[in-house]
Amino acid sequence: MSYNDVTHHSADDHNHDHDHAEHGPAKGLMRWVTTTNHKDIGTLYLWFSLIMFFIGGAMALVIRAELFQPGIQIVDPMFFNSMTTMHAIVMIFGVVMPAFVGLANWMIPMMIGAPDMALPRLNNWSFWIMPFAFTIMLSTLFMDSGGPAGGWTLYPPLVLQMGDSFAYVIFAIHFLGISSVMGSINIVATIFNMRPPGMTFMKMPMFVWTWLITAYLLIATIPVFAGAVTMLLTDRFFGTSFFSAAGGGDPVMFQHIFWFFGHPEVYILILPAFGIVSSIIPTFARKPLFGYDSMVYATASIAFLSFIVWAHHMFTTGMPLAGELFFMFSTMMISVPTGVKVFNWVATMWRGSMTFETPMLFAIGFVIMFTVGGLSGLMLAITPADIQYHDTYFVVAHFHYVLVPGAIYSLMAATYYWLPKWTGNMYDEKLGKMHFWISTVFVNVLFFPMHFVGLAGMPRRIPDYSLQFADWNMIATIGAFGFGFSQLMFVYIIVKSIRGGEKATSEVWEGARGLEWTVASPAPYHTFETAPDIQPSTVTR
Amino acid sequence: MTGTANTPHTKSHGRVAGKMVLLACAMFGFGYLMVPLYDIICDITGLNGKTGRVSASVANATQIEAAAEDREVVVEFVASINQGGSWIFKPMEKTMTVVPGQLYQTSYYAENLSDNTVVAQATPSVTPFVAAKYFNKTECFCFTRQDFEPRGSRDMPLTFIIDPDLPINVDRVTLSYTFFKSPEQT
Repeated sequence: MSYNDVTHHSADDHNHDHDHAEHGPAKGLMRWVTTTNHKDIGTLYLWFSLIMFFIGGAMALVIRAELFQPGIQIVDPMFFNSMTTMHAIVMIFGVVMPAFVGLANWMIPMMIGAPDMALPRLNNWSFWIMPFAFTIMLSTLFMDSGGPAGGWTLYPPLVLQMGDSFAYVIFAIHFLGISSVMGSINIVATIFNMRPPGMTFMKMPMFVWTWLITAYLLIATIPVFAGAVTMLLTDRFFGTSFFSAAGGGDPVMFQHIFWFFGHPEVYILILPAFGIVSSIIPTFARKPLFGYDSMVYATASIAFLSFIVWAHHMFTTGMPLAGELFFMFSTMMISVPTGVKVFNWVATMWRGSMTFETPMLFAIGFVIMFTVGGLSGLMLAITPADIQYHDTYFVVAHFHYVLVPGAIYSLMAATYYWLPKWTGNMYDEKLGKMHFWISTVFVNVLFFPMHFVGLAGMPRRIPDYSLQFADWNMIATIGAFGFGFSQLMFVYIIVKSIRGGEKATSEVWEGARGLEWTVASPAPYHTFETAPDIQPSTVTR
Repeated sequence: MTGTANTPHTKSHGRVAGKMVLLACAMFGFGYLMVPLYDIICDITGLNGKTGRVSASVANATQIEAAAEDREVVVEFVASINQGGSWIFKPMEKTMTVVPGQLYQTSYYAENLSDNTVVAQATPSVTPFVAAKYFNKTECFCFTRQDFEPRGSRDMPLTFIIDPDLPINVDRVTLSYTFFKSPEQT
């Protein structure tokens, strides 16, 4: 089933697209294997990342259980190290990235009024590579030489001392890279080519804008990462010396290449979140997004700056003073466009008729707690201070604040926000709010103490620690288990909404703006087979 | 505009996708291009303590120019062996007090303790990094691979000159060599 199977168009109104019963999904399991429908593929991505969220979360709980008390109690240090490594790889490549791609698949065509993604067969392929890639990746945990244990950053020479399962890790990363680059190409082609007449760039919702920029970041940086891991592979197995000092290479060079990818990568993990929050806050404040144009330019500036700040991850490797100053100031400069965004969200809420349904709670939680992570990021940007903070739990606290109550909260906000559109049923609002408050309490119990132990000097990625860190670690572990298990509520709420509940209207939310709210709920299998009529006055964002 | 069919092929998806694939391939190439670029940037800036190399004639010219220099700099020599090598590797002099702009010679001693012929390579590093680009060598065993007979040993000479432009706040420079077995041997 692809969009060009369409034989006739409903002439009057896209609201009635679901009349075409013959365009419904195929039956059985093969529907999901062979599908080229953007909604099916979006659903596959979202389920995949939800499953991976629990796998990665279980790994995090192994880490926190070991750190509950000082000393080695539960796992051996090597396995602990592969847990920290795998937790990062799973959460980054298996949860946040696929979930954003899934949302892009579901929402971008509906937001711009396109019938499907531009390259539907490629779309199918980019999803189906992922389960295989992660099977390979996770299988290394069961091999004799164990999973990768040198940290997700794969720094040589440590990572080159890994056993032969290293090759599996590298191939899995290659597959994941191919999948995200293909997904990004598809998104760029969709946004460039599939907009109906009248849908100008500046009429696109922020989510579409942030994804367009994210897609460029992915296409520009994932291949650099692929190159770096290929060099690791040839260093390990084919006698090259890119990073081996014995052959004239330099291990520090890997860090430069890696972070040239790695820093844009952290914006890949947050820009679509900015887009989601920029969609949700106007809806529940019942006001258009404040400063839309400046939001677009801020997103573009963040993307540009992300390419010139990478060495702030490497201040302790030693660098000329001019280099330290350059990377310090360019890093701090990022807080300007980010600040523009935060203030625009606040200004959007200012004097709005706000209501606090679950998506709005998660969005506001995002704005506040992401800003906490942003401020600790500013502290880390200060070169002389960073030499103290480097590789401590302060860094762990920083990036978990921007990724968990940041990126993950945006994903939960997005799920609650669009779930009625996907399933046709309202989710259980009471349970949703409970999920928010329980998660928010526990996520802070989990990550806030890490600031303290980090500033006191507790190093990251180590299974044991000195006694003075014991109390805060115990509290963090309690928070971790509380946060982890409360996510079962999330699954329950989703499943409950799929199975039934109060029927959702097309608009779903009173203040909803944008084209996705003009189609029926649940969204018909094919939408916008007829281009929507977009006048300059049409509200599309 | 009402009722315009949303035909997918009004614009070429292939062209956009093709450009993006090209960009992806170019960036893959750029990843590899960073390898020579890194060496060039390190040479220019002295990043990572990569030392400079000058010809003997340039060194002599510097020496004449800087004859009146009256500051002294302490140079410390450090030797370390990378894991897995059975070697003796040490500097013949641990420290030297030198005048910037003068040419000096010293040497390192290396002995192969294994019963095999081994090829070795030494890599230098200078701290503080800011001094690296002022530390120039006219002759160094680190420029080439060194062959050692089983149980063979020798003195390996090193001739260096510190550029008189060395920042005035630097009065102590550490030159460290790490001795590696060349990877082909493994």
